Order: sequence, then C-alpha cells, then structure tokens
Amino acid sequence: MDVVMLSRIQFAVTVFFHFIFVPLTLGLSVLLAIMETMYVRTGNEMYKRMVKFWGKLFIINFTLGVVTGITLEFQFGTNWSRYSEYVGDIFGSLLAIEASTSFFLESTFIAVWYFGWKKVSKKVHCACIWLVALASNMSAYWIIMANAFMQHPVGYKMVDGKPQLADFFAVMFNPYGLGEFAHTISGSWMVGGIFVLGISAWHILRNNEMEIFKSSFKMGATFFLIFSITTAIAGHHQGQIAAEYQPAKLAAMESHWETGTNVPMYLLTWPNADNTGNAIQALPIPGALSILAYNNPNAEVIGLNDIPAEDRPPVLPTFISFRLMVALGSFFPLLGIAVFMWRKKIEEKKWLLKVMPWLIPLPYIAIMLGWTVTEVGRQPWIVHKLLRTSDAASPVEASMVVWSIVAFIVIYTFLGVLDIYLLRKYAVKGPK
Amino acid sequence: MTLELIWFLLWGVLWGVYFVLDGFDLGLGTLFPFFAKNEREKRVLYNTVAPFWDGNEVWLIAAGGITFAAFPKAYAIMFSALYAPLLIILFALIMRAASFEFRNKVDSNGWRNMWDVFQFLGNFIPALLFGVAFANIFQGIPFDADGVYHGSIIKLLNVYGLIGGVFFVINFAMHGAMWLSLKSEGEIQERAVKYAKNLWPFVVALALAFLAATGFYTDLFKNYQNNGVLLAVPAIGVTALLMVRIFLAGGRNHLAWISNAISIFFVIMFGVIGMFPKLLPSNLDPAASVTVYNGASSTLTLQIMLGVVAVIIPLVLLYQLWAVRLLLHVVDDEVLDSDESY
Repeated sequence: MDVVMLSRIQFAVTVFFHFIFVPLTLGLSVLLAIMETMYVRTGNEMYKRMVKFWGKLFIINFTLGVVTGITLEFQFGTNWSRYSEYVGDIFGSLLAIEASTSFFLESTFIAVWYFGWKKVSKKVHCACIWLVALASNMSAYWIIMANAFMQHPVGYKMVDGKPQLADFFAVMFNPYGLGEFAHTISGSWMVGGIFVLGISAWHILRNNEMEIFKSSFKMGATFFLIFSITTAIAGHHQGQIAAEYQPAKLAAMESHWETGTNVPMYLLTWPNADNTGNAIQALPIPGALSILAYNNPNAEVIGLNDIPAEDRPPVLPTFISFRLMVALGSFFPLLGIAVFMWRKKIEEKKWLLKVMPWLIPLPYIAIMLGWTVTEVGRQPWIVHKLLRTSDAASPVEASMVVWSIVAFIVIYTFLGVLDIYLLRKYAVKGPK
Repeated sequence: MTLELIWFLLWGVLWGVYFVLDGFDLGLGTLFPFFAKNEREKRVLYNTVAPFWDGNEVWLIAAGGITFAAFPKAYAIMFSALYAPLLIILFALIMRAASFEFRNKVDSNGWRNMWDVFQFLGNFIPALLFGVAFANIFQGIPFDADGVYHGSIIKLLNVYGLIGGVFFVINFAMHGAMWLSLKSEGEIQERAVKYAKNLWPFVVALALAFLAATGFYTDLFKNYQNNGVLLAVPAIGVTALLMVRIFLAGGRNHLAWISNAISIFFVIMFGVIGMFPKLLPSNLDPAASVTVYNGASSTLTLQIMLGVVAVIIPLVLLYQLWAVRLLLHVVDDEVLDSDESY
C-alpha cells in the first residue's frame, strides 16, 4: 500500500475515534448547563446531585476527546504536509482561531467548573459550564468551516498555484459549512439526549433515584425530540447543498448514473463493484430524486456517467453509508415522539426502558456514517476541484506510517475499551 | 516585513509560553516515581497538576495552530520531517491525560501502578523529545528543497540534540518540584524545595553546556554578534536562573517558580531569535531553509490572525491567571477527600 492510502486509513482511524467523544461533549455540555441553571433558579439540591452525576460521566468522556483531538492537528503536518502547505493560508488560520478562541476557554472553565464547586458562587459556577458549552460548540463551528473549505472552497484567489485568502467573511460564512454545522450540532445534541435517556431508563427500570432520573429523562426526551427533527431537516438541506456544489457526491450518495430530468429514486439499488453502474436497480419512486435534490420533479440531476471516471468518488461506501444514515435518521424522530409522549409515565413502559440503553450507540453510528458520506463522497479530491488526495500526502516512508497506524490502533483500542468500561461503571453506580 | 517579524516573534512566544506552563507538569511527572513514596503522596502529586494539565496543553495546540496558520511551509516540513518523535510525543501525551482521568476510578493496586508508569513515561518522554527536537531545529534538519527529509530518529539523537533533551528534562523537573512546593504543605513541601535546590546546580551546568554547545554546533550566535543588544535575551534567561536559587534560599517559592518560568521563556526566545530569519534551517541544503520570507502566509491572513491573537491571547492570559489563582490552593486532606479529586 502506498503512503496516500496508509495516511487515509490512519486519518480515518483517528478521526472516527476522536468523534466517539466529541458529539457527547457538544450535546451533554448544553444539557448540563440547563440542569445547573435549574439548580441556580430553584435552589433544589436534587438538581445539584443531578449535575454532579452527569458531570462525572461528562469528564470521563471529555478527557479522551481532548487528547485525541491533538492527534488531528498534528496529523495534517505529519501525514498531509503537501496539503498543509497548499491550504495553510486559509485552513491553518481556521485551526489557529479554533484553538485560541475555543480550546483555551473550554479547558480553563471546565477545570474551574469541575474543581471549583466550593471556590466560586453558584452563579459563577453555572456560568462556567455555559462557557464550556459555548466554547466546545464554537470549536465545532471553526473546524467545520475548515472542512467546508475542502468541500466547497470559497473566498480565495490563486497565487503561485495555491489558494490564498481573499475574503475572510466568505470563508467564515461558507454556505456549505453553515449547512454542515447545523447538521453536525443537531446530531451531536441528539447524542446528548439519547445518552441521558438511555442511562436514566436503566435506573428508572430499577426504581433507583427516581426523582433525579425521571427529571433527567424528561429533559433528555424533549432535547432528543427537538434535535432528531432538526437533524433530519438540516440533513435534507445538506443533501441539497451537495446537489448544488458537489454533484458527483450527490450522484454517489444515490448511486445515480444517467443524467436526466424527473429522476426517480430506486428503493432497491446496489452499485456494481467496478464503480461503473448499478448491479441492481428496482422499485422506483417517480421523480423523487429530482424533488429531494431540487424541490422540483422536473429538475435535472447529473448522473455519474457524465462525470469522468477519475473524478468519481467510490460509489459503494458512499451509497451504503448514506442509505443507512437516512434509515437511522428517519427512525430517530419516531423514537423522539415516543419518549416525549410517554415521558411523564415512562415507568409504565417497561419494554421501552429495557430497550433504551441499547439504543445509545445508534446516533453515534449515524454520525459516523454521515462523515463517511461527506469525506468519502468528496474523493478523489482533498480540496474539491483544486487538489487531489493523491497529491496531498507527506513525503514520508510507508513503513513509518505503518507503525504509527499500528500504534494508534493499539493505544486507541486500549483506551476506548477502558473508557466505555468506566462510563458504564459510573453510569450504573448512580449519584452519590 | 514588519508583519512577518511580529509573527516570527509571536511564534516563538507561543512555544515559550507552552514550555513554561506544560514544563511544570512534564517535570513533576518525571519526578513522580522518585518523589512519591506512598499512595497519599502519589495522589498529592496527581492533584497538584490535575486542574491545569489540559489548559497548559492547549498552548501546544495553539503553538501548532499558529505555526500552521502563519508559516504553513514550516509547519508542513517540521511536522513531517519530525514524524517519529512527534508521534511518540503525541502517544505519550495521550497516555498522560488518561493516567490523570483513569487512575483513581478503579480500586486496584495493579491498575494504579499501571497508570503510574504511564504518568511517568507520558511526561518524561515529551520533555526529552521536545528538547531533542528543538535542539535539532536550532542546528538544522536534513531536508531538501522539495521538503523531503533525509534523516532518521537515530540521527536526531546526536550530541547537541541529547544535550537539549537532558537540559529540558532536568530544568522541567526543577520547575515541577517548585510547582509542587506551591501546592503542598508540611514534609512534602519541604522535600519539594530540597529537590529543587538539589537539581539547581545541574540545571545551571546543563544551561551553560547547552549555550556552549550552541556556539559549537549551530550558528545561532551570528545574530547576537551582529546586534549585541540582543544578548540581553540569553542574559535575562541566565540571570533568572541564578535568581531561582536566591529565591529558594530565601524561602520565596512563588518568586522562584516565576523566575524559572522567565528563564525557560527566555531560553526558548534565545534560540528563536538566533534562528531569525529562519524558522526551519536545513543543514542539507541551506537554500532550502524555510524563512519568514519564503514561508509566511499572505499579508491578509497574517493581518486577520494578528487581530484575532491581539484580542484573544491577552484575554486568555487573564482568565487563565484568574483560574490558576482560584485553584492554587494547597492539596490537603480536604482536597484529597473531595468527590472531584484524582
């Protein structure tokens, strides 16, 4: 295998592992802030115990999110130096802004919040967790705007064969990134919701600390319902953005080959292995793809056959990831409606309480699938239409990358298993 | 040109602040197996650093990010040329973070001993390799005009690189011992001061050896020969280091720590200023060196980033100082018994 492929594998391993921890940080920080606000407003000690319980789980998750994030920043330089040199003028700035505006804020106030219960007033303490929530979600904004530059480069001019910053606000408000941000944040807050729902359900079923967990369940249910719906809406919008800016990605998501108007969506589709067409294609819904992509049954949707073979993304993984994500994304609002409707009498729905903890991984899986669609669907480009992935890797020896992949897999597996074990241990243990 | 010069200095400042701050974590973690005799002492050491390591480490991310934003070419070549040492540093830092978070969460001696090993390695290895890496950057790295590295990790472990590495380790260890003296009481505090005092002569000897070796192995002193005023920078570094011992003797531990912080900062700045205008000298092909002239981002990017940094970094320093003052209490039994302790 060549350095490019090895570096892609390493990036995939490290970014997916990092993103096990990130969505919960984004979502649970906001829920914690809401819980603590309730405590400050009501003075009810129950809310304080609630915050401390979820806070402990938050911290166990948070630490690994932080340290696995450094890997990513380093890796652009270690493994993608050609890319870094090419886009540094724009991409590097966004990373530097992320670190200086968000990571300092997040790391400082999480420490004051966690270690400072007796050091600051209730209100200042509550403000700390709001700042953490703000900072972590703000960091997501900057890194997604950096990613958006890879998907749909804007606000640049070409100087000496490299994109150079021409309009910072265009980069900062890249329409592609705004869509990605809405979709990512909604999905992450949904993760926060289901995490609280699943663990609360486990305790409610065992009649344990009913006041705390029923109250948590209600908050989680409302949160999950709202953000499962906004995730779906933002996801649909995201698809339309792809149609506009990345027709090859959209065509790969749907495994759509023949350009045409009034394009149907085939319920049963399977792309062939050669990336040249569909092996199976049946059960069309007339005009559905045209409507989904452009809100218009007569709209033309470009097919993969009109895109040169060397510019096509790998269709099979893009397509499968997309379909599975959509299936999960359609299920979540239904689940959201169920938990929301029954939230006040949830102890009577024993079957749902039993199932809930097992559903926690589902939004995580949906998010991973979504990133697979976004990143694999962008191929063969690392910066859409500007730089190919094959031209972006560092001039390092393949053997170096092999050993680092092995080391990452060993260390991350070890830490991932322990982290999940500890999260489970402290989740089951309940509040003190 | 002024803009590039400002960015060059800022680049050095960020790395300098990173080593001042993370320096004490890395140093105390290196002392850990030698210092802590029983479980209580181990927990004291963990808890003196627990609220701070994350905020300190963000300076590394910021320094890396600033390198990327302001000098993309330097970032690209530096990180890919130093592939092996950087990834080893990264793995070590990951295990160090986990050792804080995980150690106290399972009640078993084997479990705790395992994390103690990672606490030591996770601090010692980065301290050593950062020293090795920076010394090698000062003397030049073998890369060609195409940015391709022609060295190996063994070649990084040359005489000058090793002097840099050992200097970092011992200096950080003293820095960490002094940090411990601020956050502890009783016998532990006394012993921490004693450690700092005992380490001090070695730090001075290594600092002098490092300066001498710098004259021998690098051309950092050229800038100082051309502009004698600049010699104030290493002079402040050395003076601050000498003051450390005076403050320690006077029992003024806070001032001793601050004095060493100044010393570390000026040592880094000494190297950075000596390299100017090079950010990353190549000793294979001097013409391939990355300089502020051929490696900087566009004027617009540098201007916008300067605006961001000028507003944000002073703010960060203010709230980090507030947080440190708030959490700079002695780790006593009450702290060790709290829910949040490690």
